[in-house]
Amino acid sequence: MDILIVLENKSGSIHRMSLEALAAGQKLASELNLSLSILAMGKNGGDLANDVSNFKADEILLLENPILDNYSSDGYSFAFTSILGQEKPKYLFMGHTYMVRDFLPRVSAKLQIPFISDVIQFNVDNDAPVFTKQVFNAKLAADIVSNSHGTTLVSFQSAAYQSDQVESGSAEIRTISIDMDASVIKTQSEEPFKEEAGGIDLTNAEIIVSIGRGIGKEENLSIVNTLVDALGAELGSSRPIVDSGWLEPSRQIGSSGQNVAPKMYLALGISGAIQHVVGMKGSKNIVAVNKDPEAPIFEIADYGIVGDILEIIPKLSEAIQAAKN
Amino acid sequence: MKIGVLIKQVPGGDSPLRVSSDHSWIDETSVNFETNESDSYALEEGLQLREKKGEGEVVVISMGPDGRTQKIIKEALSKGANRCIHIVEDNARETDPLQTAIIFAKALKNERFDLILSGLQSLDLGMGQTGVILGELLGMSIATLVMATELTNESIRVKRELESGWFQWVTLPLPACLSIQSGLNQPRYPSLKGIMGAKKKEIKPLSKSELFDGNEHQSITRVYSIQKAKQTEMISGDVNQQISRLVDVMKTEIKVL
Ligand SMILES: Cc1cc2nc3c(=O)[nH]c(=O)nc-3n(C[C@H](O)[C@H](O)[C@H](O)COP(=O)(O)OP(=O)(O)OC[C@H]3O[C@@H](n4cnc5c(N)ncnc54)[C@H](O)[C@@H]3O)c2cc1C
Repeated sequence: MDILIVLENKSGSIHRMSLEALAAGQKLASELNLSLSILAMGKNGGDLANDVSNFKADEILLLENPILDNYSSDGYSFAFTSILGQEKPKYLFMGHTYMVRDFLPRVSAKLQIPFISDVIQFNVDNDAPVFTKQVFNAKLAADIVSNSHGTTLVSFQSAAYQSDQVESGSAEIRTISIDMDASVIKTQSEEPFKEEAGGIDLTNAEIIVSIGRGIGKEENLSIVNTLVDALGAELGSSRPIVDSGWLEPSRQIGSSGQNVAPKMYLALGISGAIQHVVGMKGSKNIVAVNKDPEAPIFEIADYGIVGDILEIIPKLSEAIQAAKN
Repeated sequence: MKIGVLIKQVPGGDSPLRVSSDHSWIDETSVNFETNESDSYALEEGLQLREKKGEGEVVVISMGPDGRTQKIIKEALSKGANRCIHIVEDNARETDPLQTAIIFAKALKNERFDLILSGLQSLDLGMGQTGVILGELLGMSIATLVMATELTNESIRVKRELESGWFQWVTLPLPACLSIQSGLNQPRYPSLKGIMGAKKKEIKPLSKSELFDGNEHQSITRVYSIQKAKQTEMISGDVNQQISRLVDVMKTEIKVL
């Protein structure tokens, strides 16, 4: 087996990022003429296997084991170690999801094989893939190669490859099994829950003024509020502002906050880390102000200003007031 | 209760980041290093757990070149960590998380920690693996993305952050290794008394080369600037010109005024 894609089971359906990993796997398979297998597991794994049976792959594997119906780090790291030992793929591709962050490093440890995580693309060089990942908070990129004699584990950043690029085809389902009993699970997991609803819903806002760590101090929030009022906007923020306790959690935008797509998103002193960007990149117009011309937020902005927000915010509020009168 | 906390020095947010001339890493000459953000939260959690328990010690462990690693170690000791283990790295820096964790595992195996805490990922490489791999190598129970902790005698109950605003409580038997997500506490500042007291605390140096087994499982071949994909209109001029153009854009192009 050359490339193995494992589908992340999101309560009985396929995680979007697993299909993105599949698109990446199909690309590598065609460039290097490698075989590709897809594995479905977890609750109703059979449905997941059927869902991918129209995709281009050499085979689909189905692993049904009640111990794996609910995710646990202990269970999954054990199961993956067995599967990789049996099937011996050269590459395992998955999405860089919360679940993968949680258990896949353990498989790297158990099998002493590399895990190249949060990859944004690969290029083939000398018949081997070179993986690219963002480093230094997305300000730079690094090319990484695997030195593994066994499997190389790879996880792809959200939207690195597109799920609508998955090629169709057909493949047979092969059932596999592993030797495993419930005693491998040493931890006790309770039911997942959402924090008390309430707070502000930013998803319908037309205009969002969003602040990041560049605001410097809590006292500086007052100038931002003036701008928010002038624009009739909602106030949002990056995670560090909420972590510091300056704004309530519902104002946070990003992978662990809200997902927004306003007509205008004004990012003030936000660097543009991927976990923030996934929550706002769907905005119709992104305006970014940052003192660092290299800040990654400018990669996705429609309009950018390099400057000091502490100087720009008050002047902008005045100019907007004037323009409205 | 014996608690180990892994901390790493990374470039501070305002540091200039320039690729080194051979493209192997960044040019570190004018970089100001500080403690990785989530590691500060991990340290604070360790200190709070020790304080709640009313006994025990917090041992900080860091690998890196002398000067800048000493700086973050001293800060941790000033905040209240009891002692430190410094794995001194003189030449090539370790960029393979599996190798890093193997080095840590060798350095720590006789410490027998009840808990090891680490930040969930470093700002430089952002692999998000070292703490988790270390826990596995030491045979500890493991949880990641921890947002709250409740310690009992033989176990620890932790609140884990899941995707899209979901959370989950998980109970782990001790010894346990946790990766800490930013925001679960408010990290303290060193007190004057802490700073004075830190001078007397133990910093045990270990040499990385004696712990390194020579295997690099993955290697960085090139570091470079990312090419811009999107067409961005960069609004230039002095501040007043920038603002009048921006207001014009809001009025006539985005149409929100
Ligand atoms: C699992 C996980 C989940 C996460 N979830 C989220 C999430 O949901 N939302 C989120 O936002 N983050 C999230 N993060 C954190 C994320 O990785 C970044 O750390 C965070 O987004 C950075 O916030 P920031 O841009 O405000 O701060 P920084 O990255 O510190 O950037 C501050 C910016 O302000 C600029 N600046 C400083 N001073 C000024 C000034 N005076 N004028 C103009 N510009 C200035 C700087 O140049 C810099 O670009 C998550 C991380 C992880 C690992």
